[in-house]
Amino acid sequence: MRGSMKRKKNRAAGAGPAAGMKAENGTLRIPVPAELDHHSAEQICARADELVRTRDIREIIFDFSATVFCDSSGIGMLMGRYKIMQALGGTVKAVQVRGRVERILLMSGVMKVIPVERMQGGEEQ
Amino acid sequence: MRNEMRLEFDSISANEAFARVTVAAFMTQMNPSMEEVADVKTAVSEAVTNAIIHGYLGEVHKIVITGEIEDDWLRITVEDKGTGIADIEKAMEPLYTTRPELERSGMGFLFMEAFMDEVQVESEPGKGTAVHMKKRIKSQEA
Repeated sequence: MRGSMKRKKNRAAGAGPAAGMKAENGTLRIPVPAELDHHSAEQICARADELVRTRDIREIIFDFSATVFCDSSGIGMLMGRYKIMQALGGTVKAVQVRGRVERILLMSGVMKVIPVERMQGGEEQ
Repeated sequence: MRNEMRLEFDSISANEAFARVTVAAFMTQMNPSMEEVADVKTAVSEAVTNAIIHGYLGEVHKIVITGEIEDDWLRITVEDKGTGIADIEKAMEPLYTTRPELERSGMGFLFMEAFMDEVQVESEPGKGTAVHMKKRIKSQEA
């Protein structure tokens, strides 16, 4: 694979867990990385909060389609963004959630305050 | 079957993934199910994150994980020599956190207890904390 694939690099978005965020028309779309833990959550929160401060964000969508691991730091990330958006009159939702991640979100009770959409045809990975 | 391992690493957040993946690799010889591996990875991640954030308050020191397999039992201990916990019972209460400013959900111990068969916390303020966890791995013949 090395060197054989040409990809467009988005240098502005940077690399690492906080890469690939898109702020458009008041919506911030965050692609959650494969592993959501304290390490990656911290970087996502820093970047997301910066975008919420500088752009007029009304909605945050966390896209979990690539995520296979999530611990309580992921719950902290969701609840923290929920509180920030609530204060601004905005909303937060999680989409493309499946398998193990869905179980963690369910156990935490975060689904009671944040809408969570399951991945269509999602099964255990 | 009996097998032991010891892992020592710096308390930096990049090592959270390293720690849980290493413990997952250690337990593969028990033929665990995907679910059992995911349970242990989550529990280890919680304990290591606690050591980094609460044990060492973000300073870089050593975290030690010891693992022991005895027949179908997996025992994992995550240990730090950090601040320790004054009130263990309180610390283990769901939603309780000493660091709300860090957006800690207060669910670390809840997940450890949910995913392991037994969780014991040994701690002394100023000396450090050891989290002992046990899980029976059932799918031996898988």
